[in-house]
Amino acid sequence: MLPSTVLLLLFLTYPLGLGTWLGFTDAKIGRAGHFVGLDNFIFLYGDAVARLSLFNTLFYTIVASSIKFALGLWLAILLNQNIPLKSFIRAVVLLPFIVPTALSAIAFWWIYDAQFSVVSWALMKMGWIHSYIDFLGDPWMARMSTIIANIWRGVPFVAICLLAGLQTIPPSLYEAAAIDGARPGQQFWYVTLPLLTPIIAVVMTFSVLFTFTDFQLIYVLTRGGPLNATHLMATLSFQRAIPGGSLGEGAALATAMIPFLLAAILFSYFGLQRRAWQQGGSDK
Amino acid sequence: MSNIDRRNFLKMSAGLAAGAATGDVLAAAKKEAAAVPALHLKPEKGAKLRVLRWKQFVQGDGDLWLANTKKFTQKTGIEVRLDAEGWEDVRPKAAVAANIGSGPDIIISTFEDAHQYPDKLVDVSDVCNYLGAKYGGWYDAAKAYGIDKGKWVAVPMGCAGNAVVYRESQVKAAGFSSFPTDTDGFLKLMQALKAKGTPGGFALGNATGDGNCWCHSLLWAFGGKLVDTKNNVAINSPETIKALEYAKELYKTFIPGTLSWLDPNNNKAFLSGDISLTYNGISVYYAAKNSTDPKLKAMAEDIQHAHFPVGPVGHPTELHLFFPMMIFKYSKYPNAAKEYLRFMMEKEQYEPWQQAANGYVTQPLKAYESNPIWTVDPKNTPYRDAMKIMIPNGYAGTMGYASAAAMADFIVVNMVAEAASGSKTPKEAAERAEQRAQRYYKV
Repeated sequence: MLPSTVLLLLFLTYPLGLGTWLGFTDAKIGRAGHFVGLDNFIFLYGDAVARLSLFNTLFYTIVASSIKFALGLWLAILLNQNIPLKSFIRAVVLLPFIVPTALSAIAFWWIYDAQFSVVSWALMKMGWIHSYIDFLGDPWMARMSTIIANIWRGVPFVAICLLAGLQTIPPSLYEAAAIDGARPGQQFWYVTLPLLTPIIAVVMTFSVLFTFTDFQLIYVLTRGGPLNATHLMATLSFQRAIPGGSLGEGAALATAMIPFLLAAILFSYFGLQRRAWQQGGSDK
Repeated sequence: MSNIDRRNFLKMSAGLAAGAATGDVLAAAKKEAAAVPALHLKPEKGAKLRVLRWKQFVQGDGDLWLANTKKFTQKTGIEVRLDAEGWEDVRPKAAVAANIGSGPDIIISTFEDAHQYPDKLVDVSDVCNYLGAKYGGWYDAAKAYGIDKGKWVAVPMGCAGNAVVYRESQVKAAGFSSFPTDTDGFLKLMQALKAKGTPGGFALGNATGDGNCWCHSLLWAFGGKLVDTKNNVAINSPETIKALEYAKELYKTFIPGTLSWLDPNNNKAFLSGDISLTYNGISVYYAAKNSTDPKLKAMAEDIQHAHFPVGPVGHPTELHLFFPMMIFKYSKYPNAAKEYLRFMMEKEQYEPWQQAANGYVTQPLKAYESNPIWTVDPKNTPYRDAMKIMIPNGYAGTMGYASAAAMADFIVVNMVAEAASGSKTPKEAAERAEQRAQRYYKV
């Protein structure tokens, strides 16, 4: 008991507490801060770039997580069927997740490059477009491009976890459903989905947390540009705190992410995990 | 920094830029060098040093810095562990070291780092005064970066000079027999290059080095500045608007995609032949010259360099990536560290190192102007004057937390990008920059 308490305090509570505390001070790098109350948060609220980063983060998280969930579930169901070379394909699917983010981000950086993009090059050769696509130079294009890169990286995690969930569902339930005359769509809706919900809750909580706090992908691809259109709270927090030297402000920005993360966790915990019908009752 | 008179500084840099006094300075430097008594620093017994520097952009730099370091160890018996990391990672590491009071003894970082935590740094006035006396004195910009409240807190290593890198044949084909030296002529050249189908391009993404350097140079060329001499935000001015209107016209001549450009993009685009002109260090030329690819070799023949055009203010307004070498107070061997920096800055080490780096780093000491590297290949010459004519960070105010934070937040780069791309009018972009800057400068 004691060792684990010490570990928790040392490596979890202390850094988190320190980070939160810094958010309420005007600490600069190399200078201890003084308590300034909510100044940093008021400052950030009035800062257009910080507000833009909040919007970017929410947009990035919601769009990327929804698509990751849809694609992941679809992929999991496909992989759950009897297909040739099943285990090989399952291993291949995991690849994007295994490659270090910094590495795959560099690959995407080349794919999206304004002058050397292989996508633009191929489309040009086929005569479909007449000038290179400005993947990262236009605010909305840049947002979508970074989201696509994030999805590519995140789908395998969702798919493999959901696949594991699918395999715990006893085949006898499907047989029973089939005997009762349930069509495949109904089987999915009344058997698969309810039994998969706890796994979905956990997986999507993780997925949302990872996406919300994404850093490497943005840092390599755009540094938050163009015109701060892809700055997430995590990247802006780093930019302000470390290269910018405003530790307090950066910490406040990072702290401001916590309520959103807590909300995501609580939503999945209460919304998805405690359904009465999972215990055999009925939802009221 | 506060003790440096900006007006004098500008006068001097303008005067020097005009080519006056150079010969005198060198002659004086030679005379003084003979007279300066050796500096006897007493390295601590059993001293060991850890040095963190930015990773080289040109191979020769890293190789010779290491060779010089080994030479130092042979001479003094002081072991030195040299680590190199990507230049943008050094600043955060230095900041953390300053903050927690432990880390490498010496950190070679960027821009105004020494002014962010001057009280964590060892006073290196003895080394700097000795070097200054021996080698013709420090340029004003070097003093601005190195001196805090009358004390030297960093030994200037020099700066990575930027210059306009262009393809001579393409500039000729666009109808220019010589490279324009003023902003008006430069815009005409860019328009002509675009019309010929060989456009140029400057980085407008969040590019810490290239983006900041050219955007500040442009803003200053028109008399715009983030803050005045009293650190009051002064960005929303008619001069800034003029600079932004110019940027808007200039952007129309750029190759598409520059809004997404980070530091490496312009190098790649230039070397692949996609652009005819950009603003960069000598590394593009170095890469072409030392390539085994005959195509790139041919390109190296065609590459020329020029200073950033002079704007309505009438004097050069270049900003370059400056490198301060800082000794931290937590170091157990401050004298050994000082001795190391002195050794590395002496002519026997510094000049061969500059040569190996092909002039990537411009000297902060006037005497090294005569280093043959600057004249052996006339294409290197524009880089020689980078420290002489540069304007330091935070202009026209002082350097410190606010100037570092404002630049790290890309306030000026974003402003130029917003106005250039037309996503905001010049007036709106300047107002937004004003609001953002005020937050950092309110203190």
